[in-house]
Amino acid sequence: MTLLEIRNLHANVNGHEILKGVDLAIKVGEVHSIMGPNGSGKSTLAQVLARRETYEITDGEVLLNGKNLLEMKPEEAASEGVFMAFQYPVEIPGISNAYFLRAALNATRKYRGQEELDAIDFLPFLKEKMRLLDMDERFLNRAVNEGFSGGEKKRNEIVQMAVLEPRLAILDETDSGLDIDALRVVARGVNTMRSQERSILLITHYQRLLNYIVPDYVHVLVDGRIVKSGGPELALALEEKGYSWTEAETIRAAG
Amino acid sequence: MAIRTAEQLHDYLSAFDELRARTQDQPRWLRERREQAFAEFFEKGFPTTKDEDWRFTNISLIAKTHFRTAGEARKEVSPERLAEYRVPGAACQLVLVNGVFSAELSDLGNLPAGVEVTSLSQAITAQGEALARHLGTCVNIHRDAFSALNTAFIEKGAYVYVPRRTVLAGPICLLFVSVPGDSPEITQLRNLILAEEQTEASVVEDYVTLGSGVGFSNVVTELVAGENATISHYLIERESKSAINVSTLAMRQARNANLSSHSVLLGGRLVRNNVHPVLAGDGGECLINGLFIGSGTQHMDNYMLVEHASPHSSSRQFYNGILDDHSHGVFHGRIIVHRDAQKTDAKQTNRNLLLSDHAQVDTKPQLEIYADDVKCTHGATIGQVEENALFYLRSRGIDEDSARRLLLLAFANECLERMKNQPIRDYLKNAVQHWLPVRSSHNTMANELARTWEEVG
Ligand SMILES: Nc1ncnc2c1ncn2[C@@H]1O[C@H](COP(=O)(O)OP(=O)(O)OP(=O)(O)O)[C@@H](O)[C@H]1O
Ligand SMILES: [Mg+2]
Repeated sequence: MTLLEIRNLHANVNGHEILKGVDLAIKVGEVHSIMGPNGSGKSTLAQVLARRETYEITDGEVLLNGKNLLEMKPEEAASEGVFMAFQYPVEIPGISNAYFLRAALNATRKYRGQEELDAIDFLPFLKEKMRLLDMDERFLNRAVNEGFSGGEKKRNEIVQMAVLEPRLAILDETDSGLDIDALRVVARGVNTMRSQERSILLITHYQRLLNYIVPDYVHVLVDGRIVKSGGPELALALEEKGYSWTEAETIRAAG
Repeated sequence: MAIRTAEQLHDYLSAFDELRARTQDQPRWLRERREQAFAEFFEKGFPTTKDEDWRFTNISLIAKTHFRTAGEARKEVSPERLAEYRVPGAACQLVLVNGVFSAELSDLGNLPAGVEVTSLSQAITAQGEALARHLGTCVNIHRDAFSALNTAFIEKGAYVYVPRRTVLAGPICLLFVSVPGDSPEITQLRNLILAEEQTEASVVEDYVTLGSGVGFSNVVTELVAGENATISHYLIERESKSAINVSTLAMRQARNANLSSHSVLLGGRLVRNNVHPVLAGDGGECLINGLFIGSGTQHMDNYMLVEHASPHSSSRQFYNGILDDHSHGVFHGRIIVHRDAQKTDAKQTNRNLLLSDHAQVDTKPQLEIYADDVKCTHGATIGQVEENALFYLRSRGIDEDSARRLLLLAFANECLERMKNQPIRDYLKNAVQHWLPVRSSHNTMANELARTWEEVG
């Protein structure tokens, strides 16, 4: 069954076209990876899917489980099961991690008609997720991402994903800036979440992440279009030959 | 030039004549101070926006209005009506209605031996000498017309005395209830707080309105702290949105005293909050912390005058403003470092969030430094609720209104977290959220967030 269907998606920011006709379909339970050079539009695609309003959709459609994703507000998309781990997680002074996560979980539960969790039930649940990501308990009461190191911020994103249990998890360069130990921890967190009910879209520059989280498909995004798709072996070829190789192939194919 | 219309000054003149006739038997020093101050006020009149200290605040509303002196209104106030203004964990609560002390409404608790919390008029009778020594010594009646006016009418208010080495955990709460009648009324409130050396205490001044009349509270509080005293002062302005409040907190601190002033401005139509610490002893520390939240057409002016008068003292000013609708906020932060005040360390930060295109804030630092070895920094920001943060919260499922509100609470929390006294901090965290601008009424989650506010931060 298809969870996410993107057809001919065009998106502008400040009048510049960034996505120039993206087509992508992800079935339930699949793990896809998108690779591509800097500025090719990977984060733009992720943020459009998370419904950031700064991007103007000029053409195309996106269906999530058959529903029109492009009509949803960010909070609706989240409640419908979309989760994006930010490439640059935002610091929010004055709001504790624990409070924020419970507010978020309860908002999505409420949307789905589920009972809300009180602090007493929520705490053990959250602590378990934090252990999974090797996050110390003192992060519970710290303000969201405030003063966290780069790696701590990325792990905190995955804690949030583990708490919210999305249907579609989009990880925007969660591996960037992680040392090898932190990368293993993050990969373990993601692999624990991998299931028949959940689809994952990994945005990355590095094949190294894909050694730990082996995707079903790899796509190459160049200049706002997916120019090549394949299996995990495509990531290896890219690592070896660089993106210019796919660009050359595209030009050859087009010419 | 001052505004002079014969009639409104006449109001004050006849009120002063009445007071003079009534207080013939009061101590001479007090009568003389009043006379001198009235002469000063009567000669200069009210300031205008041409006066640098009043550049951003037009007080012609005050100058033009005929105010009657607020009378007795005790009968209109029931204890139940004041229940919401009681701070759990307080050491005591002194209640004054239109400036008049009410024993029935007050709860003077079990204060440690020697601590006094009474009305100023009681203190004038019983503690004449201490009052003569301090009353009127911290304020400058030549510079500020409202302080002069207040000094001319010294009579109503509160007196707090904390003897040597006394430590009070619960805050001393002073509740000023304004119950204005059908026509505009003025209440002049004069408070004196004396804390001897090595004391530790918190004093809360809380201003509220009952009923729909227009009240003008003209307040002066003098706080004198002895060596090594650690004293926090809290001002809560939550009078009705038709109220006028001009208040001055003048503080003098001795060697190694540690003072903090926390102001929370929520209510009032026209509010001026003057905070004036003088760091007069070596090694003094002063924290000046404030939060103002305006909506509608509220005008809230915070005027800081921090004087470093001796070496090695440090001051920290932090003011956060949240302004919605057509409200107007002012932060005027003046720091004076006197010639001998070497090694002064003064810092000032003012951050503002504007929630509407029509809201306005004026922020002005003013540093006057006459010593050469000092560290003074200042910074101000004016911005909107950050779109990045808003999207981050929404992308986790929190709806827009709730996310916005949560960010405002977090912004307010920066100030509230600086309050060291836990009972008052907890109380204010709860009180403040009722004054936060709400975007829409179908906001169910905001209530949920309100209930569990204790977990935030
Ligand atoms: N708000 C914005 N205003 C202007 N340009 C933008 C904005 N957001 C993105 N862009 C531009 O859109 C293009 C694509 O950006 P995007 O962040 O999607 O790239 P990316 O593939 O994620 O790159 P990276 O690998 O560096 O993360 C870039 O040229 C970027 O400068
Ligand atoms: Mg990116």
